[in-house]
Amino acid sequence: MSALEIPYVYTPREDTGLTNAKLGIWLFLASEVMLFGALFSTYIVLRVGAPVWPRGASILNVPLATLNTVILISSSVTMVMAWAELARGQFKRHKLYLALTILLSFGFLIVKYVEYSTKFHHHLFPSKSTFLAIYFTLTGLHGLHVLGGIVVNTYFLGPGAKMWKTEPQRFMGRIEVAGLYWHFVDLVWIFLFPVLYLL
Amino acid sequence: MSSGHHEHSEQQEHHAEPGFWQKYVFSTDHKVIGLQYGFTALCFLFFGFLLMLLMRWQLAFPGQALPVIGKFFSDSSMPGGIMLPEFYNSLGAMHGTIMVFLGVVPLAVGAFGNYVMPLQIGAVDMAFPKINMASYWAFFVGGVVMLVSFFVPGGAANSGWTSYPPLAELATTGQTLWLLGMVFLITSSLLGSVNFIVTIIQLRVKGLSFMRLPFFVWAQFVTAFLLLLAFPPLEAAGVLQLMDRLAGSSFFLPSGLVVSGQLMHNSGGGTPILWQHLFWFLAHPEVYVLILPALGIVAEIIANNTRKPLWGYKSMVYSLIFLGFMSFIVWAHHMFMTGMGTVINAFFQTTTMIISVPSVIVLSCLFLSLWGGSIRFNTPMLFALAFLPMFGIGGLTGLPLGLTTTDLHLHDTYYVIGHFHYVVAPGTIFALFAGIYYWFPKATGRKMNEVLGKLHFIGSFIFINGVFMPMFIQGLAGVSRRLFDGGASYYHAGPVLKLNVMMSVSAWCLALAQLPFIINFFYSMFAGEKVTSDNPWQSTTLEWATPTPPPHGNFTFTPEVVRGPYEYSVPGESSDFLPQYQPVKG
Amino acid sequence: MHQEHSAEEVQKHVRTYLVVFVMLLALTFVTVAISRLHLGVFQSIVLALIIACIKGSLVALFFMHLISEKKLIYGALALTVAFFIGLMFLPVGQMITAVAL
Repeated sequence: MSALEIPYVYTPREDTGLTNAKLGIWLFLASEVMLFGALFSTYIVLRVGAPVWPRGASILNVPLATLNTVILISSSVTMVMAWAELARGQFKRHKLYLALTILLSFGFLIVKYVEYSTKFHHHLFPSKSTFLAIYFTLTGLHGLHVLGGIVVNTYFLGPGAKMWKTEPQRFMGRIEVAGLYWHFVDLVWIFLFPVLYLL
Repeated sequence: MSSGHHEHSEQQEHHAEPGFWQKYVFSTDHKVIGLQYGFTALCFLFFGFLLMLLMRWQLAFPGQALPVIGKFFSDSSMPGGIMLPEFYNSLGAMHGTIMVFLGVVPLAVGAFGNYVMPLQIGAVDMAFPKINMASYWAFFVGGVVMLVSFFVPGGAANSGWTSYPPLAELATTGQTLWLLGMVFLITSSLLGSVNFIVTIIQLRVKGLSFMRLPFFVWAQFVTAFLLLLAFPPLEAAGVLQLMDRLAGSSFFLPSGLVVSGQLMHNSGGGTPILWQHLFWFLAHPEVYVLILPALGIVAEIIANNTRKPLWGYKSMVYSLIFLGFMSFIVWAHHMFMTGMGTVINAFFQTTTMIISVPSVIVLSCLFLSLWGGSIRFNTPMLFALAFLPMFGIGGLTGLPLGLTTTDLHLHDTYYVIGHFHYVVAPGTIFALFAGIYYWFPKATGRKMNEVLGKLHFIGSFIFINGVFMPMFIQGLAGVSRRLFDGGASYYHAGPVLKLNVMMSVSAWCLALAQLPFIINFFYSMFAGEKVTSDNPWQSTTLEWATPTPPPHGNFTFTPEVVRGPYEYSVPGESSDFLPQYQPVKG
Repeated sequence: MHQEHSAEEVQKHVRTYLVVFVMLLALTFVTVAISRLHLGVFQSIVLALIIACIKGSLVALFFMHLISEKKLIYGALALTVAFFIGLMFLPVGQMITAVAL
């Protein structure tokens, strides 16, 4: 049994201009769009059907959420910088930016934790109202996505980084793919924030 | 995601001879994964079938003790051999779930798609072999969770395979496990579909343009898109129902819900109809997930055994794409009775009528392909031929259900059961049998026995119609589905009640008719007639260009495709088939 | 396509990223500020969604490089958007029902 060479792992296929991983991640993100789309759709149905719908600000903590928005946007920038540094061969600076991204993601989760625990402290649970139910579901699912991003990025900062020495091209592709996922997580939050907190 | 699928090649170098576990259990080879999917799915298919055989006893002889076998069941399901209504409901819900999500789809997509598709496009493997393995194991875990749910207090999910709230939210623990199991199955499907699409787009060999793809590959391609984009809404719905059940939220529970005379203490504000929307947004495309791979298999076998090109290959492909697209905007025809209003009903009725057009085009093309061919009536061809009228009956009986006025009468009756079973059972499952008989020689190097195969076919064909044809009669008489006593307590069901016995006997005979298949399958695997060529059916597509069985990496040469997929009986050629990979002369 | 990234080009990219970053921050504060004005429900929903769409597009176009992506990806996304709209048709259906009842 010899080594199996799967084509277009390193270099893009000529007619599509894409590597396998690049196409794969976009398809995955397409399915994620449908996942969050269904939940947003649920939000609209619940809101339209409700006799009264609370203003997010009256229940939720807008300053904390604004802080989280800033954190997540910054982490998106550090992520794309991590990729750009790799593109110009600055591996050390790449690592710095990637580490910063992970740090910011943890910051996001910590703020989220503070938010959640205050809610629980005030006995605001998903069972209280459909507004809180959709709030916890959407932010919870988004939080899981953040966690997933942390796992992936930590892998590329630690054991996964070895590949830079052996196959730099492929490693860069991986960072790009991880970045695409991370920006998508940011993108979802950009919509969650006004929908849940401001409206 | 990105991580983990690239180390493949290095790892293989370190382990020149992988051990048993790596070769057969945690394999990344698409063929091994395909066979794993195949075996698992066949077991589930058989298990789901057994559930139905139990139900058929209760329907034919309601309230009577099941002889012999009844003793083996616990008091919480069949005390003294007499089936409890709750257990009947569990059987019904799990029969549907297992057949659709653990039987037919894994067999059609997981097994045939994984095994055949990469071979047909000349690829060495799937684009992401490790994700492929993850997809199988997620499916496996989902299946185990579903099976475990039979043993929790209250039994398995018993709110129908559609899990409509509020019933499903008040149901026993089994429903929670059902939802968890579904999350695993959906994850598996998502991983699989990304892999399929990337593989088909990226790993086609030189010369294999989209219009030269075998129809089976096209079917898998469209199917993968349906899985990719339709499953996430169900995943969302599953998460919401889990929240309702575990965190006490009220996504699907309206305010002021009264259960057994007691007001529910939930916040309310939700709507049960939302679940139906999200469920059918998946489940209608899912119908095409069940049927498209079957059409693909049948097309391959018909072209091969008529020794003619498919009639109207291009129109079939365009119909397929159109079908896939339309399948996303017909979902609410399952919900005409929910009071959506005439505007919405009219819209979905129209789209439903439109979607029948491409289905008819594909089916007509397959029928016309038979015209003037010198047909080889071997077992795979018999199953493929039977598929055509069976799928036709299934499709045509769907029209009255797609029109609101007639649906008012037929909704939730046995007519519906008859309709979709004709599509999926003598339709898709026949096509899957055809596929097993057809590709068996490639996977094992041995042919399945023809006599046993024909016996299997004749028995199955007669008895499967005996099961499902009377359902139309019962349904038209107004007998509702999901009745624990098969309609015995309803006056209007009286005249057609006798049919229950006939259907049940047919079902049990259908089980007996599967014995030749099971014997054939294992016998042929070890002692069947050896094939003397890598291309025993003299086919034109690429999977027959590999050694038999194909080794890791599939091809011994670098294939290049120079012509369309079905160049049979080309005038002026000495052989009656021109393989896609055979170089052009001169 | 990675090979083409010359140092200069990357520098240009980085400048874009920083500009986008500043714009995203600014828009975040704008949307919070607007929400404090207590406009009518309809106006605030429209404004908030417009701003969110602008922010989302900025991320997708520049951070995710959609501004210069391959045709195939546009195709896949177009398909997704079509079905996404289908999914959003669902609440519309509900609303029509609510009105009809």
